[in-house]
Amino acid sequence: MASEELTTTGYIQHHLQNMAYGKLPAGYAREDGTVLEQATWTMAHTSQEASDMGFMAFHVDTLGWSIILGLTFSFLFYRVAQKATSGVPSGMQSFIEMVIEFIDNTVKDIFHYRSKLVAPMACTIFVWVFFMNLMDLIPIDWLPLAAQTITGDPHLFFKVVPTTDVNATMGMAIAVFLLMIFFSIQQKGFIGFIKELIFHPFAPPTKGVLIILAPVMIAINFILEFVALIAKPISLGLRLFGNLYAGEMIFILIALLYSGGLLWGIFGGVLQWAWAVFHILVIALQAFVFMVLTTVYMAMAFEVDESH
Amino acid sequence: MNINLTLIGQTLTFFVFIWFCAKFIWPVLISMMEEREKKIADGLEAAERADKDLELAQHKAVQQMSEAKKDAAEIIEAANKRASQIVEEAKDQARVEGDRIKAAAEADVEQEVSRAKEELRGKVAALALAGAEKVLGASIDAQANSELVNQLAADL
Repeated sequence: MASEELTTTGYIQHHLQNMAYGKLPAGYAREDGTVLEQATWTMAHTSQEASDMGFMAFHVDTLGWSIILGLTFSFLFYRVAQKATSGVPSGMQSFIEMVIEFIDNTVKDIFHYRSKLVAPMACTIFVWVFFMNLMDLIPIDWLPLAAQTITGDPHLFFKVVPTTDVNATMGMAIAVFLLMIFFSIQQKGFIGFIKELIFHPFAPPTKGVLIILAPVMIAINFILEFVALIAKPISLGLRLFGNLYAGEMIFILIALLYSGGLLWGIFGGVLQWAWAVFHILVIALQAFVFMVLTTVYMAMAFEVDESH
Repeated sequence: MNINLTLIGQTLTFFVFIWFCAKFIWPVLISMMEEREKKIADGLEAAERADKDLELAQHKAVQQMSEAKKDAAEIIEAANKRASQIVEEAKDQARVEGDRIKAAAEADVEQEVSRAKEELRGKVAALALAGAEKVLGASIDAQANSELVNQLAADL
């Protein structure tokens, strides 16, 4: 949208590229022709540069927006918490309380153990993820255009929806996974945790001749359980990413209609409105699903009973 | 769509926000809400108690009212009784008084009659004497005939 030689593919690709700050290796030829003499930390100017940075890069927009939104959540709730009275609540307080009560009830339904962390975690996830998803409803060109205007760089990459970045969703999923393992070991001990991995679903024989088969059974169990364990954070992170990425993609495609003249533009406007309305449902639902699944995984981690 | 350090950055950010929420937001709000819940429960209980008190008071009031009504009825009845008694007494008194007045009147009349009789008797004697004088053409010695006249008057 920013320059004349814009093509459809270019527009889409531009919208799918994060603003990356990373390390380019020594001897790297940049798109403007300069060759780096030594490894440098710099902003990526093209998608190619961004991907050549490899793992040593940060998505500034993803991190920036998620931190801004996280701070918004923290500040909003903290202020209410500071001012909260047990008397008659005012507008903002009752809204926050509604959210808190909803999350508290949901968590209590799923998670029956005592923990000071799980409910606040569910709250953080729900509100934070919801805020991040909500960025998807802002017309896709507004904030990037504003950023491009402010910085004066018409090629600036700027993705405003952190949850359409797989790093963000997987990052949260990894955090959940680490907490899962932490609570698992805390509740069952390291031995208990390992036992859970290798003695299910097939109990290995402990007596008789069949004991020879035990290592095989354990190996099979481990493969099955390990995959099941790993699948949890991966499915958790990719589900959120997939839903939001697809939603963003549709918004980008709809936005392309605006370049097709007045009629297509009006049609695009209607479509965008319709998709946005539908998307309200999706973003709330995905935030809720992320929260519920996290709570379910925590409940699994706390579950000591070996009845299955 | 490159996997890079953002992943770790996001994980750390996430932990920080969870920690903040768990430390400064969640406990404050939840304890406040529980406090309110307790307040409301207490308030409801108090209201229920007040309701019960009110019902009791109403019951009592109704009872007192009916008692008062009964008392009033008794008082009215007594008053009625007393009134009729007074009326009866008044009637009796009136009757006695009437009798007395009648008796006095009768006595008066009798007295009057006897006095008239006396008068008449005197007048008759004089009349008889005058009549006889006319008949005899001569005066009668009243003295001489007084015995006769008196006898006549007594016979009347």
